[in-house]
Amino acid sequence: MAVLKALRGGLAVLPLSAKIAGLALLLYLLVALAAPLLSPLDPARQALLLRLRPPGTVTGAGVAYWLGTDDLGRDLYTRLLYGARLSIAIAVLSVVLSSVVGTLVGMTAAWFRGGIEIVLMRLVDIMMSIPAILLAVLSVAVLGPGFINLVVVLGLTRWPRYARVAYGQTLQVATLPYVKAADLAGARAPRLLVRHILPNIAGPLLVVATAEFGLMILFEAGLSFLGLGIQPPDPSWGSILSVGRNYLERAWWMTAFPGACLFGLVLSVNILGDALRDHLDPRSQVR
Amino acid sequence: MTRYFLSRLVQAAVATLGVLTIVFVVMRLSGDPTLLLVPEGASREQIDQLRTALGFDRPLYIQYFAYVGDLLRFDLGQSVVQRMPAIDILLLRIPYTVRLALSALVVAVGVGVPIGVAMAVMRDHWLARLFGAVTLTGQSMPTFLSGILLILLFAVTLGWLPSSGAESASSIIMPAIALGALSMATFARMARIAVMDELSKDYVRACHARGMSRWSTVLRHVLRNAAVPLISVAALEIGNLLAGSIIVENVFAWPGVGQLALQAIQSRDFLVVQAIVLFVSLTYVATSLAADLAYAWIDPRIYLVKG
Repeated sequence: MAVLKALRGGLAVLPLSAKIAGLALLLYLLVALAAPLLSPLDPARQALLLRLRPPGTVTGAGVAYWLGTDDLGRDLYTRLLYGARLSIAIAVLSVVLSSVVGTLVGMTAAWFRGGIEIVLMRLVDIMMSIPAILLAVLSVAVLGPGFINLVVVLGLTRWPRYARVAYGQTLQVATLPYVKAADLAGARAPRLLVRHILPNIAGPLLVVATAEFGLMILFEAGLSFLGLGIQPPDPSWGSILSVGRNYLERAWWMTAFPGACLFGLVLSVNILGDALRDHLDPRSQVR
Repeated sequence: MTRYFLSRLVQAAVATLGVLTIVFVVMRLSGDPTLLLVPEGASREQIDQLRTALGFDRPLYIQYFAYVGDLLRFDLGQSVVQRMPAIDILLLRIPYTVRLALSALVVAVGVGVPIGVAMAVMRDHWLARLFGAVTLTGQSMPTFLSGILLILLFAVTLGWLPSSGAESASSIIMPAIALGALSMATFARMARIAVMDELSKDYVRACHARGMSRWSTVLRHVLRNAAVPLISVAALEIGNLLAGSIIVENVFAWPGVGQLALQAIQSRDFLVVQAIVLFVSLTYVATSLAADLAYAWIDPRIYLVKG
């Protein structure tokens, strides 16, 4: 857990912008977790008489629609809360899946070398020559949309970047004396890789994971925007934007609020990611 | 040099075969690809008939060889919806997407590279910070969101540009900007890093010692050297721009490959979808091969070290 300790120490020296971004990210997480507590309404409940009401509408029954309603009279505020849940859950799970697969592939290739190395790293090259969004679109179209399929498809299309980083880093670390010592002392490969090498290559992998987290959010929103991601009536920021596009002139809030949520989240992730990279990569610090 | 070129060609061939294989595997992920290709509401017999007609009842490896053989003859199969060869449908759309991707590349390079150079040369200037913010925004804004915002501003509010379609010459402006924004950020970052790398070299100090001003050193010497690594960035970005067209074209109703892709998915015309994925991926393999070769030709150190 040396990594966590170093991270905690590192957080203190991050620039102010990164601290604010980190705080914003934390806020997004809390909001996503506490969605049912923050709104008494059901995100899927339609009220056709209350279609496209502007922000701040309060009904006679005392129900307040702070951010207005959508084309089916559903509360936009509630849908955005639950949308954060889905978006973040998909991004987290697919980043976990792709980082585990990628790190495993990269470390295996670098440690065992030879034929395994050639086959695995060639596979990485090939995977990287198919644009991920297209591969994801094709896979989702074949498998069908839905939460689990999205996680699996995004996770399995985005692992090669971790593999490349894990591979390069492991090659470097494997030549260090302490690794040689552990090897000579008879440590088995899995133990050696996980206990001795992984903690030392975790920094660069974390930088990749942060950047990928932002990308995954964009991918999920993009796929949902195209109608290939989260299916109605479940709320996704991407699909809300896609519907809102048809009401640009009559209901700006259907575009503005989900757009701002999405942009704010990805921006926070990117700012934090940049700061982490500068902090963990001494080369870029000199710059 | 020949050796490097040859090994790079072999690599590209392997990548091509790999792409074909992955697409083949993905198409069979659902178990029975026949079900992807039948029109909705088809009877059992019709499904069985189609399965035999398309050869999906044969062993997988025979299907695989038949598939690769067909592709070598540029036979991408028949569209089940439009009842014409998938490749013909694709060819009609390619010019639009290529035009859009190249326009977006012009936007990305034209805006991104100057911003990146400025960020490197004027490191502590307030402009560099402003450009940094612009880059970060471009990187964090989903294409469809910037597309919608552009429509809202220039089509709905100001009425200067058409909001969709490809009828007039100005139709391409908004899609090109929306598509180019993300690449713009990439070019700015890469240009900044490349120029900073060059600025730390001895020849820059020598120019400075001889009394050359900072900007004239940059314009006369640094830029030329920094441009080399940007070639491979441009090659990678062409692939991303083609892939990104799937979202932008659907926001702006631009009649290219990306719009075709979504239409084909919605009408379950999977051979057309397959053709599109193959087209984009193979273009990507080809552009990165071209970039590597150009790179080695400009800077022979590449193949002397690697080849």
